[in-house]
Amino acid sequence: MIEMALIFAFACFGLGLLMNLWRVTVAPGVPDRVLALDTMVINAIALLVLYGIWQGTAIYFEAALLFAMTGFISTVAYARYMLRGDIIE
Amino acid sequence: MIWEIIVSALLVMAGVFGLVGSFGLIRLPTTMTRLHAPTKATTLGGGGVLVASMIYFAVFMDHYSFHELMITLFLFLTAPITANLIAKAYLHRTERPEDLPPTGTDRGWATYDASADPSRRTDG
Amino acid sequence: MLRKLFPHPVLTLTLTAVWVALMNELSPGHVVFGLILGILIPWITAAYWPDRPRLRAPLKVAAYILIVLYDIVKSNFIVARIVLFMPLSQLRPAWVTVPLDLRSPEAITVLAGTITMTPGTVSADLSACGRAILVHCLHAPDSQGVVNDIKARYESRLKEIFE
Repeated sequence: MIEMALIFAFACFGLGLLMNLWRVTVAPGVPDRVLALDTMVINAIALLVLYGIWQGTAIYFEAALLFAMTGFISTVAYARYMLRGDIIE
Repeated sequence: MIWEIIVSALLVMAGVFGLVGSFGLIRLPTTMTRLHAPTKATTLGGGGVLVASMIYFAVFMDHYSFHELMITLFLFLTAPITANLIAKAYLHRTERPEDLPPTGTDRGWATYDASADPSRRTDG
Repeated sequence: MLRKLFPHPVLTLTLTAVWVALMNELSPGHVVFGLILGILIPWITAAYWPDRPRLRAPLKVAAYILIVLYDIVKSNFIVARIVLFMPLSQLRPAWVTVPLDLRSPEAITVLAGTITMTPGTVSADLSACGRAILVHCLHAPDSQGVVNDIKARYESRLKEIFE
């Protein structure tokens, strides 16, 4: 039963990742792209953890943790760039 | 058996919410409304997977792990911050102060008020 | 003296707990090293934390966290229903100004985060004087109701905790 649920979750997050990718390429503005990238990071973390359950190993958690941190920092950096990019400091 | 049901239910629920969040990103009409879907739905999607993984490893693998708890906490703490920063960037790039409701105080919104941001001050 | 050594006792405890959780092992060595980090990091960064937030009612913090967690789950169902089933022509997004009674920056930060995580609202900006918060609602036919809801459910509780 867990196996079926795992496959279902894999499909959901994989499809979500594809939708985000579509939003990254076809977006009306830069904030939308950054938002889609941020969502991609969260979906990728979920996929990593799912893969960890699938393989029965805890080694992917560290990857997920690092991913969460770098994803957050990069989103903040993008947002700061958008807020300051056109201002000569 | 009961744990199997709980883990499976969590995984299915998380998958549905993750999908809804990503779908909202495509379906909703404006940038600000799009901001709602991923900050909420995807965070619960990720959190559901992480809690499911924690239960799974504790019950079936006899391996207690707090990393998932840390990741969940981290996601829940950072989601509002990224949402706020993206909203500010959107306000800065697209909206004009006249389109927003008044603050009800004698100062404007901080994004448009250069003196509110010490790093942007020109008087040094 | 003690205050100089431990500028932020709560931060020290949190850092130690986070270190032990990261190491995923409750052994004396990790606890001691976590404690060393927990003392060193607040000491080094003390210049960036001029005053520490004061928590008035620790028990109310737990109640607040439970309420917010419940609301996060509830908000997910609400947003999911809007995303999936509501016709876009019926969607009523709105900007709402919420006047603030809170004054401490920490309390306002927590309130802004709570607003973002709970039903159909995202906090977007703060007024330059910090007396009002700009909230975007996904679907708000009644915007005054949203303001009253936020003030009654979260702000009054945060006021008891922080001020």
